[in-house]
Amino acid sequence: MKKEFNIIAKLVEKNSKVLDVGCGDGELMKYINENITNDIRGLEISKSNVQKCIERGLTVIEGDAEKDLKQFPKSSFDYVILGQTLQAFLNPENVITELLRVGKKAIVTIPNFGYWKVRLHLLFKGTMPITKNLPNEWYNTPNLHMCTIKDFVNYCNKKNIKINSQNLSYKNLFSQLGIFLIEK
Amino acid sequence: MNNIEKVKRLIIDKPLKLDCGQTISNFPLAYETYGKLNDKKDNAILAFHALSGDQFVSGINPITNKEGWWNYLIGPGKAIDTEKYFVICANVIGGCMGSYGPSNINPKTNKNFGTEFPVITINDMVNAQYHLLEFFKIKKLFSVLGGSMGGMQVLQFVSNFPDKSETAIPIACTASHSAQNIALNELGRQSIMADHNWSKGFYEENKKSPDKGLAVARMAAHITYLSKKGLEEKFGRKLQERDDLNFSFDADFQIESYLRYQGSVFVDRFDANSYLYITRAMDYFDLTKQFNGNLSKAFEKSDTKFFIISFTSDWLYPTSENREIVIALNSIGKNVGFAEITSDKGHDSFLLDVPDFLNTIKNFLNTSYNKLNEKRI
Repeated sequence: MKKEFNIIAKLVEKNSKVLDVGCGDGELMKYINENITNDIRGLEISKSNVQKCIERGLTVIEGDAEKDLKQFPKSSFDYVILGQTLQAFLNPENVITELLRVGKKAIVTIPNFGYWKVRLHLLFKGTMPITKNLPNEWYNTPNLHMCTIKDFVNYCNKKNIKINSQNLSYKNLFSQLGIFLIEK
Repeated sequence: MNNIEKVKRLIIDKPLKLDCGQTISNFPLAYETYGKLNDKKDNAILAFHALSGDQFVSGINPITNKEGWWNYLIGPGKAIDTEKYFVICANVIGGCMGSYGPSNINPKTNKNFGTEFPVITINDMVNAQYHLLEFFKIKKLFSVLGGSMGGMQVLQFVSNFPDKSETAIPIACTASHSAQNIALNELGRQSIMADHNWSKGFYEENKKSPDKGLAVARMAAHITYLSKKGLEEKFGRKLQERDDLNFSFDADFQIESYLRYQGSVFVDRFDANSYLYITRAMDYFDLTKQFNGNLSKAFEKSDTKFFIISFTSDWLYPTSENREIVIALNSIGKNVGFAEITSDKGHDSFLLDVPDFLNTIKNFLNTSYNKLNEKRI
């Protein structure tokens, strides 16, 4: 299990109602389902991942977050989770707005482009950074909108979205991944 | 159709008011069961059949001596394991496998009903089958499922009886029969009616049935159950037992021969008037309209957990129409899963050996059943 799953799961209250957007093969959902709440379902675009979720006995809806979040009513989930897929959407701003409409709270994780190794890679090698969280080349990466932790926090502040932003400069340099609990 | 008298029948004595206004009573509902109802009576699954189906979902159909139509899905050790679950399936009213239908005798005339049989709807079919729950003393089914017209019955069942099934699996269906599908059904009906033997529906007195018309209806319908790619792969332009074109109207191509065969075997097991009545019921199905344009309202009172399934190559009941049901359920916060299964086999996929499809149902049902039992402990 990815180590951030533990951190994400801790942000979710017991027996709350959760939607995992872009739930992948259902690993995080399964963990939350077994340990935190069994009222959890996922939205996933990849057919093979949908089948993996079904094999794990999870409730999954095959669909596209950019199109299909709008069918859920306002505040229909206590938590909406978006794990490391924000940067891959055509319109991340719309997705964030939808997350905060559908969920009372949203948990968003982003690969941090401000991580020191990423910065050094670009500074010294002069090529697009490739790290554990950003494994693809520029020509085949699904990531369209890379941002740093600082960018994301600035965005939330600008849009009056509540977000915890202590020790921002430190975290922006030393974190590979940003995990945020946000709410309107 | 010999031995038809031997099928299991429930005589429904309570009057049933049909959507057309007529009331029927003391009518037969033919059914079959598989597996055993457990002591808690919490393992019962009601399966609904499609247009040309019947109550014999699994094993060998005693009337046709062919395999049950859902043999890939239902049976001992299958995705729906009848060693664990108790599966019930009934022949729809209007049908021709022992349930009340146009080939029954009209007591007023002592002749077959023919087209004097009342027009029935999906709602009527479901209301008739509801009596099976009382008959088996089942308070709540574990699941209702069905594909195509069977899926429509699933939707109608949950809408009519919101607390009578723990789970529901509508497959390759729609909440509102499309213009294209009405058109295709009308083609089949007109083909039957154009057969001289049809005699305005009273062919049984003449002992000559409209086999040609029914066969053509089946051929046309059968094409709609397949996909272009599936046809290309299975038949292409391959010739039927010949090296060259015959320059005639014989079945030169394998696809022609296949369709002719499908038409000819269908007439041995299906009644032309039933075909008219059942296709009509499908055309009249519009659950969205029943709830004044808001499909969500159909499921508002229900706590049934849904899983909806569509197939990539199904152009008869496309994913978009199945997705509308998902959207209706999500928009009122109901518990629903959805998967579009990859298959080149068209609408027929739900009857075939499509592993992702079979696994989806198996996992959904088994997980739901386990969760239910955890709750009780």
